[in-house]
Amino acid sequence: MNQEVAVIGIGMTKIGEHWETDLRDLMIEAGDLALMDANVDGEDIDAIFIGNMSAGLFIGQEHLGALAADYDALTPKPSTRIEAADASGGAAIRMGYLAIKSGEFDIVLVNGVEKMSDLPVEEVISAIGTSSDQSWERNFGATFASLWAMIARLHMHEYGTTREQMAQVIVKNHKNAVQNPLAQFRFPVTIEGVLRTGMLADPLTNLDGAAWADGAAAVVLCRADYAKKFTDTPVLISGSGQASDTIAIHDRRDITTMDAVIKASKIAYDQAKITPEDVDVAELHDSFSIAEIMAIEDLDFVPKGQGGPSVEDGLTKIGGKIPCNTSGGLKARGHPLGATGVAQVFEVVQQLRGEANGRQVDGATIGLTQSLGGTGGTAVVHIFKRR
Amino acid sequence: MSDRSVPLFWRKSKQMYNLIGSECITCGTRYFPGRRICPQCRKEGQMHEFKFSGKGQVVTYSVVRDAPEGYELEVPYIVAIVQLEEGPRLTTPITYCDLDEIFIGMPVEACFRKLREAGDHGIIIYGYKFRPIKGAKPN
Repeated sequence: MNQEVAVIGIGMTKIGEHWETDLRDLMIEAGDLALMDANVDGEDIDAIFIGNMSAGLFIGQEHLGALAADYDALTPKPSTRIEAADASGGAAIRMGYLAIKSGEFDIVLVNGVEKMSDLPVEEVISAIGTSSDQSWERNFGATFASLWAMIARLHMHEYGTTREQMAQVIVKNHKNAVQNPLAQFRFPVTIEGVLRTGMLADPLTNLDGAAWADGAAAVVLCRADYAKKFTDTPVLISGSGQASDTIAIHDRRDITTMDAVIKASKIAYDQAKITPEDVDVAELHDSFSIAEIMAIEDLDFVPKGQGGPSVEDGLTKIGGKIPCNTSGGLKARGHPLGATGVAQVFEVVQQLRGEANGRQVDGATIGLTQSLGGTGGTAVVHIFKRR
Repeated sequence: MSDRSVPLFWRKSKQMYNLIGSECITCGTRYFPGRRICPQCRKEGQMHEFKFSGKGQVVTYSVVRDAPEGYELEVPYIVAIVQLEEGPRLTTPITYCDLDEIFIGMPVEACFRKLREAGDHGIIIYGYKFRPIKGAKPN
């Protein structure tokens, strides 16, 4: 069997601080919205895949597969949680995709969720840090932000990337989020504002990194040949790639290159039979500003080292050649870790359906999502095409 | 971070106290920490213990201002990636060094230090930190 796979429904909660809503309600809300959007009944769902990084640390709850099936009222359907740090959502999409592609299932629900606001801030920092090497990075004082800061420092040293170029990523993403009703931070920021705010881990400031957030997103995936039964606007998954790299950045071949992104995107481009120039819109993993600059290099949108100048020239803004993070990205749409990879697909599907309103990329037919685990130990890339 | 287990740290004392890693006899590549499988040679690889000199230079660095649990009293502190002269890189705090003194390429050496305390009643965790080699010139 080798079924083509389409996205037939999407749903997402608002991203942000949900003081009155807990994990299960966020997860069920997004799932319910996706099922309604897909016009499918619970009966039609063959399996559930949950993307979640660390509910065990954040709220003391594991076994989210059963929790989702239970409160989605979908028992006894099989339901499994997929974990790949903050690439969990992207990895869950891929598991759902593979399950249909294999011929085992016809329709699956993929639901990404994270509830981060129930912990004190030091414990949130520690929980986020668990995606890095506990024994040989974190044990020796490296925070998650400082790992990205060391990557940024070296990128500046090797390629002349500037602080202003990095800040420009943040400015762009905040501007895009103003047009996204579900985004966490719907206000513009300035380059000076990004640079003047306090240092988080030199050379990165508090505004270079995504904040913590609660939220959930869901998609319904379907055998492409069945998709038209449910929707007039199916979006085909035309490429899917995943790759791994060393968990510690000190062991990378090159600290300023994400080899897993290069590998995963090559697989996805080949499968979709496209080149990077064909991409109309992309959602990238900007957990820190430097990560988006490296993403456009390693996805081969621009040559290595040209990420900073390209952002400055407007390549990635709406109206540029390859608009990136039209949703606001991790920085401004928000980064509820395990939900993020699914939230990226939510945005790209909205773009390809022409439903992105004030942030719509005119005539977008091919979209890309790049989901990263930790500092790049996992990368998942998907390519989507309007039918 | 679960710091409550003594064996969690004690079992790594060779590496954390004495910088002992491994070397693949087949290809000569050194690893820190030691690995069971040589990524270069895989099945053909043959590992044995290797003690590093503790000398190296700074590849990149940051100043941590937002501390994780257990490091609240240390901020601001320098964390760096150091390339050891025998090849591998590692992540380490830099001590005996002002925040504005550090630079990429700085020659450094390992020293044995207290890393942190695991809470008021927890164990004291020791290991390597690196410090500038005074008077040494960068390569």
